[in-house]
Amino acid sequence: MNALLFYSTLGLYAIATAAYLAYLLKPQPPLGRAARWLITSGFVLHALFTLSRYLEAGHTPITNLHESLSFFSLAVVGVFIAFERRYKVLILGSFVTPLALLLMLASSIYPSNIPELPPALKSNWLLVHSSLAFVSYATFAVAFGAAIMYLIQEHFLKKKRLGALYQKLPSLDVLDEINYRCLTFGFPLLTIAIITGAIWAETAWGTYWSWDPKETWSLITWFIYAALLHGRLTTGWRGKKAAILAIVGFGILLFTFLGVNLLPSESQHSYDRLLGGVDK
Amino acid sequence: MNIVVVGLSHKTASVDIREKVAFAPNHMEKPLQELVALPDITEGVIVSTCNRVEIYATTHDVAGGMARLKRFLADYHTIPLETLEPHLYSHYGEAAIRHVFRVASSLDSMVVGEPQILGQIKTSYGYAAEFRSSGIILNRFLHKAFSVAKRVRTETRIASSAVSVSFAAVELAKKIFGDLTDKTVMLVGAGEMCELAAKHFLNNGVRGVMVTNRTYERAVRLAEEFGGRPVNFDDFIEQLHKADIILSSTGATHFIIGARDVEEVIRRRRQKPMFFIDIAVPRDIDPKVNDVQNVYLYDMDDLQGVVATNLEQRNKEAEKAERIIDQEIGQFFKWLSSLEVTPTIVALRSRFEEVRRAELEKTLATWKELPPDGQKRLEALTSAIVNKLLHNPTSTLKRTGQGGRTDLYVDALRQLFELETEVPQEEELGELEE
Repeated sequence: MNALLFYSTLGLYAIATAAYLAYLLKPQPPLGRAARWLITSGFVLHALFTLSRYLEAGHTPITNLHESLSFFSLAVVGVFIAFERRYKVLILGSFVTPLALLLMLASSIYPSNIPELPPALKSNWLLVHSSLAFVSYATFAVAFGAAIMYLIQEHFLKKKRLGALYQKLPSLDVLDEINYRCLTFGFPLLTIAIITGAIWAETAWGTYWSWDPKETWSLITWFIYAALLHGRLTTGWRGKKAAILAIVGFGILLFTFLGVNLLPSESQHSYDRLLGGVDK
Repeated sequence: MNIVVVGLSHKTASVDIREKVAFAPNHMEKPLQELVALPDITEGVIVSTCNRVEIYATTHDVAGGMARLKRFLADYHTIPLETLEPHLYSHYGEAAIRHVFRVASSLDSMVVGEPQILGQIKTSYGYAAEFRSSGIILNRFLHKAFSVAKRVRTETRIASSAVSVSFAAVELAKKIFGDLTDKTVMLVGAGEMCELAAKHFLNNGVRGVMVTNRTYERAVRLAEEFGGRPVNFDDFIEQLHKADIILSSTGATHFIIGARDVEEVIRRRRQKPMFFIDIAVPRDIDPKVNDVQNVYLYDMDDLQGVVATNLEQRNKEAEKAERIIDQEIGQFFKWLSSLEVTPTIVALRSRFEEVRRAELEKTLATWKELPPDGQKRLEALTSAIVNKLLHNPTSTLKRTGQGGRTDLYVDALRQLFELETEVPQEEELGELEE
C-alpha cells in the first residue's frame, strides 16, 4: 500500500514536472492548468503516503534518508502550491517541481524499511523539530527557484536581450517579493527548529549544544539567512544580491542536510549513527 | 446564400479617401436601413474605423450584390463611383470569411496585433443588431469572428509585443516593477516623444508625475497638463530618488545624469529599482548608469532594438494565427453551406407533393365508377412514387451537408425546380451548431 502510494506520487510528480517544463516552452493556459492539477493531486497522494507511514511506524516518518528526502519533497511541493496560489506565478513550477522530483527520486534509491527507533529518539520532539526544519528548508527551496528566475530575468533586462524566455518570466518585482516572503516565513521556522532541536538534545543527549557537524552547519545556514534578512530590512539588500544569497544559502542548507549524512562524519544527526546504535 | 465584403482600408486608400467614406458612429440607423433595403441584400453590417470602412452583407446574387454595395458606398457619401472604385476591394464566399476573421484578429491592422479593432467591430455589430440589419447568418458569422479573434489572442502572442518605442518602454517597466500604480515618473526635458511616453505611462496607471525643464515655466505648464508637479532644473538630481521611472530628453550636448549621481540616488532609495529611459540624441544619461545595481537604462537604440525583436517575433506569431484562421474557416464554411440544406429539402418535398395532389384531384374528379377503396389505393400509389423518387436526392443532399459542395446542389435544385426557400429561424438551427 505504502509502496503504491509512494510510486504513484513519484509518477505524478514526474508527469507534473514534464508538464511544467513543457509550459516553460509553450505557455498555453490548458497546459498550465494540467500541470497545476497534476502537482496538486501528487501532493494529496504524497500526504496520504506520509500519514499512512506515520500510522504504520507509530512515529513521524523522518528517521532515515528514504523518509527524510520524501518529507522534504512533500514540504517543497506544499510550500510551492501555497506560493503559486498567492502570487499566480505558474511558471515558478518549472523551476521548483524538478527539485521536488529529484528529492523523490533520491528517496526511492534508499531502502524503505521502517527503522526501529532507539528509546532516546522516541519523542514528540521528533515531529516538531524535524518537520519544522523541513518546512523551513522547503520555503528556502522555493526562494531558491525564484532567485534563479530573478537572475535570469535580471540578466535579460540588463543585457537587453528580450527573447521568448524573457516574455514568459514574471516581473523582477514579483520574483523579489517571493524571495522576501520565503525568507520571512522560512527564517522563523528555521530558528524554532534549531531551538527545539537544542531542547530535545538536552533531554535526549544531556546537552543543549555539542558542536556536532550538523549543528555547526545549521548555525552557518542560520547566519546566512539572518544576514540576508538583516540586510534587506536595514540597507535594502534586494534584487540580485538577495537572489545570490538565497542561492548560496540553499546550497549550504543542502549540505547541512545531505553532507552530514553522505560524507563520513561523526555527527549524531547522521541517520546511520542515529539508528546504528540499536542495530549493532 | 453568400457572404460578401466590400470596403477599403489603410492598405488601399489614403486618409483623405477614408475620411470621405467614414460613417459617423452615432448615426448608423439610416445607412444600415438603406443598406438592407437594397435589392437582394438580406443582411448587412457596416464597420467604420479610422483605418477602414467595410460592409459585410449576405446576398443570393454575388456579382450584383457586390456592385450594389459599391454603388451604395459611393452614393451614400456622394462621391463618384469612378473615384472610389480603384480603392475598393471585394470578397465573397471563403475569401470574405477569411478577410473578416483576419480583420477581427488584428492581422490586417496597420499595427498588427493592436487590440482596438475587435472592440470596434463589436460596436459596429452592436449597431447592426440594434437596428436589425443583421440576421441569422451575419449574427453567427460575427460571433464566430469574435471567437476566432479570441482564440488567436490566447493561443498566439501576437498582441503581447509592443511595437512602438513608448509602448516598449511601458512593457519594460512592467517587467521591472510589476505593478505601475504606485510608481512615479519624472520627465527631464520635454519633447514630443517624451510626452507621448509619459501619456502611455499615465494610461498604465502610474501614480505621480514630476516634470523638470531648463525653462521652469515650461515645466510648470507640462506638470499642469499631466497633473504632476514641477521641479527646478538646478536641483532635479536632488529629487531623483523620489522617481522610479525617469524619462529624459533634453537638448543637452553632454551627459546630465552620471553613474556616480545614480549610485548615490539608489543608496538613498535603499536599492529600490529605477528605470531610466534616455530618448535624447545625443544622450543625456551616461551609459555606465546601466551597471549600477538595480538600475536599468535603455536609450533610444536599445528601445528600437526591442521594437525590432518584437516585430520579428510578431511576424512569426502572425503565421500561427493564419493557421488558426484556416481551421476555423473550414468549420464555419461547412455550417454556412449546410444552412440551406434543410429548407431546400422541405421546399423540394412540398413542390412534389403539390404536383401529386393536383394531378390526383384532377383524376379523382373525372373518374365516375371508382371502386370503394380506389381513392385510398391511388393515394398510396402516388405517395410511394414521390417518396421513391425523392429518396436518393434527399439522402445525398443530407450527406453532403456534412461537407462537400452543398451549395452547388442547392443552387441546381433551386433553379431546376424553381424552389423558393426561406432562411430558417434561429431556433431551428440548434442542431447545426458546430
